[in-house]
Amino acid sequence: MAECHPVGYQWVMEARERGAKVFHVDPRFSRTSATVDRYLPIRAGTDIVLLGALINYVLANGLDFREYVLAYTNAATLVNRDFRDTEDLDGLFSGYDEETGRYDPSSWAYEGDVPEEEEPVEGGARHAEAAGSDSYGARGAGASATPPQDPTLTDPRCVYQIVKRHYARYTPEMVEELCGIPPEGFHELAEAITANSGRERTTAWVYSVGWTQHSVGVQYIRAAAILQLLLGNMGRPGGGIMALRGHASIQGSTDIPTLFNLLPGYIAMPHAHRHGGLDDYLEREGADTGWWGNRRAYVVSLLKAWWGDAATEANDYCFGYLPRLTGDHGHYASVMGQIDGTVKGYFVVGENPAVGSANGKAQRLGLANLDWLVVRDLVLVETATFWKDAPEIETGELQTEEIGTEVFFMPAASHVEKEGTFTNTQRLLQWREKALDPPGDCRSDLWFYHHLGKRIRQRLGDDDIDRPVMELTWDYPEIGAQRDPDAAAVLREINGSAADGRLLASLRELKPDGSTSCGCWIYCGVYADGVNMAARRTPHTEQGPAALEWGWAWPANRRILYNRASADPQGRPWSERKKYVYWDGTKWTGPDVPDFEEDKAPDYVPPEGAKAEHALAGTDPFIMQSDGRGWLYVPSGLSDGPLPTHYEPHESPVRNALYGQQANPARRTIDRPENPYNPALSPRFPYVYTTSRLTEHHTTGAMSRPLPYLAELQPEAFCEMSREMAGELGLDNGDWATIVTARTAIELRVLVTGRVRPLRLNGKVVHQIVMPYHWGYSSGGLITGDIVNDLPSIVLDPNVYIQESKAGTCDVLPGRRPRGPALLDLTERYRHG
Amino acid sequence: MAERVGFFTDTTVCIGCKACEVACKEWNDVPDDGFVFRATSYDNTGALGASTWRHVAFVEQDGRWLMSSDVCKHCTHAACLDVCPTGALFRTEFDTVVVQPDVCNGCGYCVPACPYGVIDRRQDDGRAWKCTLCYDRLRGGMEPACAKACPTKSIQFGPLDELRQRAEERVERLHAEGTTEARLYGADPDNGVGGTGAFFLLLDEPETYGLPPDPVVTTRDLPAMWRWAGGAALALAAGVAVSFLRRA
Repeated sequence: MAECHPVGYQWVMEARERGAKVFHVDPRFSRTSATVDRYLPIRAGTDIVLLGALINYVLANGLDFREYVLAYTNAATLVNRDFRDTEDLDGLFSGYDEETGRYDPSSWAYEGDVPEEEEPVEGGARHAEAAGSDSYGARGAGASATPPQDPTLTDPRCVYQIVKRHYARYTPEMVEELCGIPPEGFHELAEAITANSGRERTTAWVYSVGWTQHSVGVQYIRAAAILQLLLGNMGRPGGGIMALRGHASIQGSTDIPTLFNLLPGYIAMPHAHRHGGLDDYLEREGADTGWWGNRRAYVVSLLKAWWGDAATEANDYCFGYLPRLTGDHGHYASVMGQIDGTVKGYFVVGENPAVGSANGKAQRLGLANLDWLVVRDLVLVETATFWKDAPEIETGELQTEEIGTEVFFMPAASHVEKEGTFTNTQRLLQWREKALDPPGDCRSDLWFYHHLGKRIRQRLGDDDIDRPVMELTWDYPEIGAQRDPDAAAVLREINGSAADGRLLASLRELKPDGSTSCGCWIYCGVYADGVNMAARRTPHTEQGPAALEWGWAWPANRRILYNRASADPQGRPWSERKKYVYWDGTKWTGPDVPDFEEDKAPDYVPPEGAKAEHALAGTDPFIMQSDGRGWLYVPSGLSDGPLPTHYEPHESPVRNALYGQQANPARRTIDRPENPYNPALSPRFPYVYTTSRLTEHHTTGAMSRPLPYLAELQPEAFCEMSREMAGELGLDNGDWATIVTARTAIELRVLVTGRVRPLRLNGKVVHQIVMPYHWGYSSGGLITGDIVNDLPSIVLDPNVYIQESKAGTCDVLPGRRPRGPALLDLTERYRHG
Repeated sequence: MAERVGFFTDTTVCIGCKACEVACKEWNDVPDDGFVFRATSYDNTGALGASTWRHVAFVEQDGRWLMSSDVCKHCTHAACLDVCPTGALFRTEFDTVVVQPDVCNGCGYCVPACPYGVIDRRQDDGRAWKCTLCYDRLRGGMEPACAKACPTKSIQFGPLDELRQRAEERVERLHAEGTTEARLYGADPDNGVGGTGAFFLLLDEPETYGLPPDPVVTTRDLPAMWRWAGGAALALAAGVAVSFLRRA
C-alpha cells in the first residue's frame, strides 16, 4: 500500500500511531512491510491457503461472532442434497463437466431453490455463467427470501457445517508447506484478527491486484469475505474489505462501466439469445426479493435517460436498441479476435495494453492486424507506436511496411485540464474543477465522445439500423471556445430527473413506468435539489465523524455499506465503542446514512408474497441479496464453485498438496500458438515470479517515464531476488539477468536484496523473483526497458476473465538477452527443451 | 527578524515515497540528477547535491528497512556562509541559510566547508546550490514544498522551538513504548554547529544513515588560527625589526 497508494497509506500510519496492529502479507518485503508491526512473506498464488487456515482457526476454536453469524449470514441455511464438496471429490465440486471444463451449478443451490434452466450453448459459450453482473448472485427468479434453515448449526447440510468441513485441512502446517509462512507467524496473525473482532473491536482487510490477478482471483476476495462475515466485520466501522484500485476512478469506471458485460449500476448487459424483450430479460436477471427486486425501475429509468421521449412503454422503452452479447467480449477475447481478423477496429483510451496486459506479444500481434486503431493518451504510448518500435520488429516477426493498421493518436487532456468526478474505492464521488485549458489539440474524453457522437449522427440517416444512435439524447450544452460539453449536465443526467425535469433526490423515487429517467441508479441523488453534492468540501472539523458533507458516496451518500449490521438484531449497538447505525425506537439513526429503510423496525417480519426490500426482515442487513444475508457459501453466481478452494497457479513449481486437482478446473486457457504455457512442475522453469509496482512510477509508465523527476528515481527495469538465488546463479547486485518463459525472454537489471527471501516448501527451496512492470520501449520515455508483462501467459479467472499475472514460473539466466531472431531461438528451445 | 523556523524529520513514520524529492524539484525548478540505476536499495539519486536538495536514504538491514529524508541542516553556525567571499550565501529573516544564484560566482569555497557534504556545485553552470527551505514560499506565508507534500507528516515544518519540543515529546513516547533506540540528531544547540535548523529523529546511530556523528562547523577554529598566524607574523616582524635594530 505504501508502494502503490502512499497518500491513502497515511491513514494506516495514523491508525498504527493510535495503536492498531498492522500486518503485511506479500511475496516481497516492500516499503509497506518496512512500516508495519509484522511482515509475513508468502509464495505468490497461495493466499487462499492462508485465508482458509484463518477460517479454519476461527471455526475450530469457536471464535466466530456467533450472534452476528446466526442473524446476518447464511450459516444456518440448508444446501441441496446433491451438493458434493472438494473434500468428497478430491478438488472438484459436484457438477463438473470434464469435457467442457465448466460447472453445472444446480447442485450448489439452497435446499428448495429451483435450478435454473440449462443455458444454450453457442460461440464463446461460457459467457452465460461467467462474467455475470451482480444480479447473477440472486439465485434466480422465484427464490425464497427465507430458505430452510437449521438455527442450531448442527445439520451436516447447513452452510456452517459445510464451510467447516471444507476448510478442516487448511492448517498452520499446510500454510507453512504451501505458503512458506512459519507457524508462529500464522498464529500471531490468527490471534490478532480474532482478538480484534467481535462486539468491541473490528479488523479490516486491504487488498489490491495481488489478490485479483489469478486464475482463481475472485475466490481470493470471497475467502476474505467469509472470514470477515464469521468475525462480524462487515457493515461496521473499522471493518470491511477494501479494494485498492489501480488508477484514479477505476471504481467509477465499474459503476458507469467500461466493462463489456455490464450496464451502469451493475445491471446485466442483455444477451442476444438468452434474453427476449424487456420483460423476459427482467425476469431472468435476478430475484424478486431483496433490492434487485426493483430492477425494472432502474432499467426503465436508464433507457429513458438514453433515449428520452423515443423510449415508450409501447416500444419496451427502446430496450431493443441496446447492444447484445453473444459471448465473451472481454479484453483477451478481443485480442484473439484481432489476431484472427474478426476484430477490425479498436479504441484504446487511457490504457496501454502493449505494456500493461499479459502476453504483450499477443497484444501487439493483435494491434498489427487491425484496420484502424484509435489511441487517446497524454503521450505516445507503446500501444500507439508498436508499428515502428515493438520488440517484434527487432525479431523480424513484424515488419513496419507490412502492418496495415491505421493509427489515430488523439492527445488527451490531463486531469487538471478538465472537470468531472473521480469515484474512489470508498464509492466517494469527488468533483474536480478544471484548472486550465488543455494545450494544443488535447481534449477531454468527454469532449471526444460528445463530438464523435455528433459527427457520427451527421453521417447517419433514416434507416432503422441508425435509429438507436439517432434517437439517443445527445444535447449537452457546449462551453467555451473548445466547445467542451458541460460535465455538470452529464452528471445531472446520471442523477436523473422526473417527467417535469425536477432533479431526483433519491433512488427511491425511480419508477418502473417511464416517468423518471436516471443514467445510473446507484448515483441517483448526487445532484439532489440541483446541488452538485460531489463538489461539497466541508472540512472534517466542521462536521460529524462520517464526514457526510465531503463529496458524495453512492448509494444515497451511505459511507459504510450494509451498516444495519453495526447494530444487533434488536437494533442496539453491538457496543458503545463500535456504536454506529442503530434503532432509536422509531427509526434508524447514527452518524451515517442508514443503508436500510429508515423506518423498518428490527422486528419487521415480511408478509407472505412480499417483493423487493419488503421481502426482507428487519434483521436482514445485506439488502442486495435475495435472502438479505451475507453469503458464507455462494449457491449461485460463481462459475468455479461455492467456496474458495486452493488451486495452484496454472504455472506452478509445486504440486497442490491439498487435492489431486492441481489448478482451478474452471480456469480459462487460450490454447493457441501465440500463447504457449510453461508446463506445471517443469524443471525448465524452476523459479516463481510475481509482478509489482513502485511508488515512483504509474502503471505502464506513460505518466511517469516522460517526467524527469520521477524517471530519475527508478530509471531502469529491474528484478529483485534473494542473495541465495543470486549466489546460485552467480549474479552480483547490478548485473543483467535474462528472464525466460514460454512466451519470450526479457532482460532486467538485478537488485539483490534480503527483502526477497527463498521459501522452504515441504523441504524444497523455492526462489521467487519480483519484477516491477513500469517500463516499455517508448511512451515519450526518458527511460526505457524491457516489458515485464511480455512474460505472463493469458490464463483467466473464469468469473471475470482477469489474467493470472501475479504468479507464474520462469527461468533466469545470467547476462543480457539475445538480440534479433536469436531471441526466438532461445524461447523455442525452452518450449520444446 | 521573524521567528526561526526549520524542519523536524521524523524518520519513524517515513514511508520512503520520495514525494519530498519530487515536490522540491517541482517547486524550485531543480534539474534532474541523471538516470542512473545504482542497485542500491530503492535509492537512485544517491546523496544530496547541487540537483538533489531532498534525498531519501534507504538503509536495508536484516529484518528492517530504514528510510530517512535528508536535507540541508540550516546550521546555527553555518560554515558555508562564513567562507562565502561574495555574500551569495546569506542568513534570511527566518534564520535559514540561502544561496543567491545571481550573486554566486562559483568559487566553491562553501563545498568543502560544509560538515555534512550538503552544498555542491552544478557541473554545467559551476554555481553552488542547495535547499533554500523554500525561501520564496516562506515569504509568501507557505510551508516548504517537501513538508507540504509529505503524506505521513514525517517532514514537519514550523518554528524551531516548537519543533524541538514536539520532537522531545515524540522521543519520550517512543521510549515509553519500547523503541529505546529513538534519538534526536541535530536538535542540541550545544553541538558542533550550534544546533541545526533541520533536525531528525533517528532509530540508529547517525552513521547508519550516512550522517556525521559529531559534526563541527569547519570554521570553528578559524579565529584561533588567525590569532596564531597573526602572532607568528608579529613575532616574525619583530624578529626582522630586531635584526635591523642590531645592525643599526
